[in-house]
Amino acid sequence: MSVIETQGFRLDNSGKRVVVDPITRIEGHLRVEVNLDKDNVIRNAVSTGTMWRGLEVILQGRDPRDAWAFVERICGVCTGTHALASVRAVEDALNIKIPDNANIVRNLMHATLYAHDHLVHFYHLHALDWVDVVSALKADPKRTSELAQSISSWPMSSPGYYRDLQNRLKKFVESGQLGPFKNGYWGHPAYKLPAEANLMAVGHYLEALDFQKEIVKVQTIFGGKNPHPNWLVGGVPCSFNLDGVGAVGAINMERLNLVSKIIDDTIAFIDNVYIPDLLAIASFYKDWGAIGGGISSQNLLCYGEFPDIANDDGSKSLLMPRGAILGGNLKEIHPVSLKDVNLIQEHVNHSWYKYADETKGLHPWDGVTEPSFVLGKGTKGTKTDIKNLDESAKYSWVKSPRFKGQPMEVGPLARYVMYYAMGVPEFKEPVDMVLKKLDVPVQALFSTLGRTAARGLEASWAAHKMKYFFNKLMTNLKNGNLATANVDSWEPRTWPAEAKGAGYCEAPRGALGHWIKIRNTKIDNYQCIVPTTWNAGPRDAKNQIGAYEASLMNTKVAKADEPLEIIRTIHSFDPCLACATHVISPEGEEVTRVTVR
Amino acid sequence: MIDTFYGLMRRQGITRRSFLKYCSLTAASLGFGPAYAQQIARALETKPRMPVVWLHGLECTCCTESFIRSAHPLAKDVILSMISLDFDDTIMAAAGDQAIAALEDTITKYKGNYILAVEGNPPLNEDGMFCMPRGKPFVEKLKHVAKDCKAIVAWGSCASWGCVQAAKPNPTQAVPIDKVITDKPIVKVPGCPPIAEVMSAVVTFIAAFDRIPELDRQGRPKMFYSQRVHDKCYRRPHFDAGQFVEQWDDFGARAGYCLYKVGCKGPTTYNACSSTRWNESLSFPIGSGHGCFGCSEPDFWDKGSFYDRLTNIKAFGVEANADQVGAVVGGLAGAAIVAHAAVGAIQRAATRSKTNAVAPTTKAGGE
Repeated sequence: MSVIETQGFRLDNSGKRVVVDPITRIEGHLRVEVNLDKDNVIRNAVSTGTMWRGLEVILQGRDPRDAWAFVERICGVCTGTHALASVRAVEDALNIKIPDNANIVRNLMHATLYAHDHLVHFYHLHALDWVDVVSALKADPKRTSELAQSISSWPMSSPGYYRDLQNRLKKFVESGQLGPFKNGYWGHPAYKLPAEANLMAVGHYLEALDFQKEIVKVQTIFGGKNPHPNWLVGGVPCSFNLDGVGAVGAINMERLNLVSKIIDDTIAFIDNVYIPDLLAIASFYKDWGAIGGGISSQNLLCYGEFPDIANDDGSKSLLMPRGAILGGNLKEIHPVSLKDVNLIQEHVNHSWYKYADETKGLHPWDGVTEPSFVLGKGTKGTKTDIKNLDESAKYSWVKSPRFKGQPMEVGPLARYVMYYAMGVPEFKEPVDMVLKKLDVPVQALFSTLGRTAARGLEASWAAHKMKYFFNKLMTNLKNGNLATANVDSWEPRTWPAEAKGAGYCEAPRGALGHWIKIRNTKIDNYQCIVPTTWNAGPRDAKNQIGAYEASLMNTKVAKADEPLEIIRTIHSFDPCLACATHVISPEGEEVTRVTVR
Repeated sequence: MIDTFYGLMRRQGITRRSFLKYCSLTAASLGFGPAYAQQIARALETKPRMPVVWLHGLECTCCTESFIRSAHPLAKDVILSMISLDFDDTIMAAAGDQAIAALEDTITKYKGNYILAVEGNPPLNEDGMFCMPRGKPFVEKLKHVAKDCKAIVAWGSCASWGCVQAAKPNPTQAVPIDKVITDKPIVKVPGCPPIAEVMSAVVTFIAAFDRIPELDRQGRPKMFYSQRVHDKCYRRPHFDAGQFVEQWDDFGARAGYCLYKVGCKGPTTYNACSSTRWNESLSFPIGSGHGCFGCSEPDFWDKGSFYDRLTNIKAFGVEANADQVGAVVGGLAGAAIVAHAAVGAIQRAATRSKTNAVAPTTKAGGE
């Protein structure tokens, strides 16, 4: 039993240990252990990534132009983010400039992901933390209709619509086969919505499930499929042909019209369903504006995204700015460079990897990852049947990245706080609108609720930006600019013997970086630091805790054996563990010491 | 949200008369007499929804994401009306102990009658602890759940072949499902990910017909994996005519020519992409200008660069590489000159395309 003071938190692991594994409704595999005091307040939190794939080592020796396809498979939920970071890293290394249209199409595809990913997160991964499905059976359909019509002009809102939905829900529950709703926390005291709001939300859960498949079609048109659309070093693989021979085999007027329609429908759904639901649900959970803040009021990091000018990641170009906030000083935005080897480093003191000297962190260009699955002495259970982990030793497949030695929160909340602090109107004004509507102070941003609200506002921002990018694309096409690829450096024989580059991406879940070294036309080293690594990572040598662990601290849970409050806060980050836990090896490292046991 | 297959059909506006007709046809197509139609009808009206347990190993969740893109049937209808998805980490409400209780309850209650769907695969290195949900090797969980299942659906290239984490040098020693489960029927649905409607069709086929679909020797449903992408590709005539994209965004790229020379693996890839297509038949990789890289084929990550040209393609029983195939086909058509004309057109077009404008009407087809 020990007590550790860090970052204003007092970690005390003396109370009752509770394990939540698997954390469901996330991407990948995550485990959380907490210690509860006698009042059921979380006094210690332990976040453990429970999978590792080793993709970077698989990339060694391969063609850099292929890398995007490998790393895209890091994650099928935030599909395309890793591919985008990868083509940027290769283009940075080889000094390849992409055509304006390619930049716009990439922005459009990426904004599509933001809209889709946030919508699916809210309804299908997060909503059941706030919405009691079984309570919806008690709702009055007429009053549900009145509620729906009072918050939105969305047409699917008649009393008959909700009566029919409720009848179907009733039959479903009566069948006794509850499927994905089986063993949910229905009736838990932490659920606060009236029955009518629950019924409305169940309706929108289903509508959103139908609608999300429409949004991604933008990626299908430009990238051929979704999930995992195609990308290209030097541009994008699709070509434009508006009215020439063979236009039916390229991006033509019919395709562009479809993109335009999808964008309009996406804006309509997000602004008329997602945002009103978010505000309606949040109004019953205002107390969560003071829970789950973690380090969000302290350290925030953004790499920036959506270059408005092709091949320019400067402050004039990035529509989502780059920067960092440290120590809660919102008045100072620190510059961020992915290439500064002293700025961003990864530590493995509490991760199942080995460094020669673990007192120091390593920049990804020089990173080392040698798996070392060793459990601490305080572990309960056996090596292959772990009951409780020992957080004083190594306890996660996720590393601990640090910015200037500090743990950082990344993601929608980091962006909205930073851009609010910078006073960027298109981010600040919606935040002020939400704060006013909910009648909560600005401090409420630093919370579980703040994270969830920021994500919703960002989905709307991204949907409207899709329109902006589409209009820019049409302007180029009208001016006769059809180019989508720069092939000057396509052939490896044109490359220098050695090159290295960094690719940034601000993914829906936060700052994402890829680092590549190329030698003799092949990948010599490839490293990624992904958003969930920042958020979910374990402690460092100084026992500083990361965003997940900090966010759970001091939360009171109503029932020790039902982890509703825990998953609420963890879900507010939108975890992506397949992303977080694949990071591995660098140059010269022996990684194929692999034997089948 | 209704409880039976019949209920679903009724909700979609299908009359009882049509429903019974469907049952008769089904009985007939399965080789049963008319008496069985009544039985089928009763089964569909009253049978509980088929329980499905969906496990996740080392994976990226692209299969789940693809599955929820299904438009016919809607993923919503599959999940809530046609099957009972009793365990799936990605979408289920319960977590931790409650989630595991749901899993155990299903595999006990429906012993021998539930379908196990697996996304991802088990790593064997480090005693299996490279994937350790609930503090134990995933491979143990997989074996535990597989023990009493009726059949297994191996989603995607991970579960079918190994996929990206099993690419050389396969640091975690990830293996496909059939390497660790050898006593159950396994339906492999490869692809990275598989097409949404292919996934939902496989599941609903099993639910509706109560048997697994006919499989090829490698365990893939014949209905989707018996033909090559190349066989049904709309750009195939350009291949046959010797009209190729020579470089990204050149004239050929803008005119929808064949992508073989920029690495398309369609001629050696068995999948439904060029016929069923993606996202409600909207497009597929080739349709948006990038070659197929064979993501439904075993070990496709380790067959050289995605942009390397295939060699030794078999076509029309002719053992020839594709540079010659256009000419061969042209010759068979009795107009070898066509191929020459086409090559000439490509060269002219390649020059023009440097101006970044679509070339005016050309006789590229060699008509």
